[in-house]
Amino acid sequence: MRTPSSALRSKDLLGIEPLTPEEITLILDTAEGFKEVSERPVKKVPALRGQLVINLFMEASTRTRVSFEIAEKRLSADTLNFAASGSAVEKGETLIDTADNLVAMHPNMIVIRHKHPGSPKMLADRYPNIAVINAGDGAHEHPTQALLDAFTIRERLGRLQGVHVTIVGDIKFSRVVRSNIHLLTKMGAHVTLAGPPTLMPAEIERMGVHVVNSLDEAIEGADVVMMLRIQLERQGKLSFPSLREYYNTFGLTRERLTRAKKGVLVMHPGPMNRGVEIASDVADDPTYSVILDQVTNGVAVRMAVLYLLGGAHGVE
Amino acid sequence: MNVKKRLLDGARMNRAIRRMAIEVVEKNRGISDLMIVGIRSRGVPIADRMVREIEQMEGQSVSSGILDITLYRDDLTLVAPQPVVKPSKLSEPIDDKIIVLVDDVLYTGRTVRAALDALIDFGRPRQVMLAVLIDRGHRELPIHADVIGKTVPTDAHEVIKVKLEETDGEDEVLIMEK
Repeated sequence: MRTPSSALRSKDLLGIEPLTPEEITLILDTAEGFKEVSERPVKKVPALRGQLVINLFMEASTRTRVSFEIAEKRLSADTLNFAASGSAVEKGETLIDTADNLVAMHPNMIVIRHKHPGSPKMLADRYPNIAVINAGDGAHEHPTQALLDAFTIRERLGRLQGVHVTIVGDIKFSRVVRSNIHLLTKMGAHVTLAGPPTLMPAEIERMGVHVVNSLDEAIEGADVVMMLRIQLERQGKLSFPSLREYYNTFGLTRERLTRAKKGVLVMHPGPMNRGVEIASDVADDPTYSVILDQVTNGVAVRMAVLYLLGGAHGVE
Repeated sequence: MNVKKRLLDGARMNRAIRRMAIEVVEKNRGISDLMIVGIRSRGVPIADRMVREIEQMEGQSVSSGILDITLYRDDLTLVAPQPVVKPSKLSEPIDDKIIVLVDDVLYTGRTVRAALDALIDFGRPRQVMLAVLIDRGHRELPIHADVIGKTVPTDAHEVIKVKLEETDGEDEVLIMEK
């Protein structure tokens, strides 16, 4: 009756970097099982009944927060959403004090987004009996985004091994790209990066990726083109002359997309700046765009992560 | 673990499954609204075989499905690591259908309890029946099977091992001792 399985080694999901390819495959396979739950008349299973999950979002988020909350509810967990605005954080309470107070109410898991890289790790080390899930920490990692991207690619193309993925845009300030590079290279995909030199970290090639200067060169022969959001809020000032110039140089248009392989997938982690990194007609064209599939799959992938971390080892 | 006795070989297993298929059709006076649903994992091939028998017998196709009960287990918070989750697949809505749940062994009844909960989340069947290849007793819940391949009195320390061509490469049922 007890199905033996491989399991995640850590009690937390802090990033993709510490995961093995087997662990990544386990999460993606498990997510397949959960995708079906969202298509049922009763979209709920009792797997996490009685477990309390706190969503600690200290930085703005719509998609990720909503996606985690839906995933938690579909697993029958009790959820509590904590946002920095309107809380004691505005009165100057530190993250540790906030977290200590929440932990005193016995949650089983904490999902955290914070602008400081490493804050999820700090909580994970501080609370040995609580599973901590990183929902984005500064420019460090955003593991569930990379997992849902991989799930979407695997669902459409049937594999990750050998797939050519081009990632375009704001490489420097993007935690999504860092998690994606870790995941895709671990799984044997080929990653090509393109973007303005001012937004390209030095020596990024050491992560096992290929860097090119022009968008056309990056798209040539790609199976997947992943456009990143220009993160105006992280830049202070623009790293390129104007948004229009950015669009002309690195914006994804239908014409540019003809250089990719037939059946190319266009992805975007959202929220999109239409007319900056991606043309509206490309974003909305179902022959290329899997952007809304990514959102749908996000729930299944987060259910898988919550389920895998929420078992016995997460409680006792 | 030592093999104590071989309960069924391939030929006897096939006869048992054929008889289970006949009983299901008999009890329902035909196959209208019938849906055969296998419980993962070893209930699935047994359900498939019953479907083939019924289709041969009646000359009509029968709807079928697969139920994964992992997320409904009552011991989920006790087992580590977490058991593997796979999708459930039901070929059509179960509302007003007569569902025959199929599993390999009926023991404590906890798997069937979980399967009933899982099934209800997909709709409201008119009736639910249970068909098992082996009923070994020792129920911990008020659950019984409507169609049984073979009833075997066992001791709690014994283990029933059902092997199927589809999952284990051969057909046989063994009774083992720990």
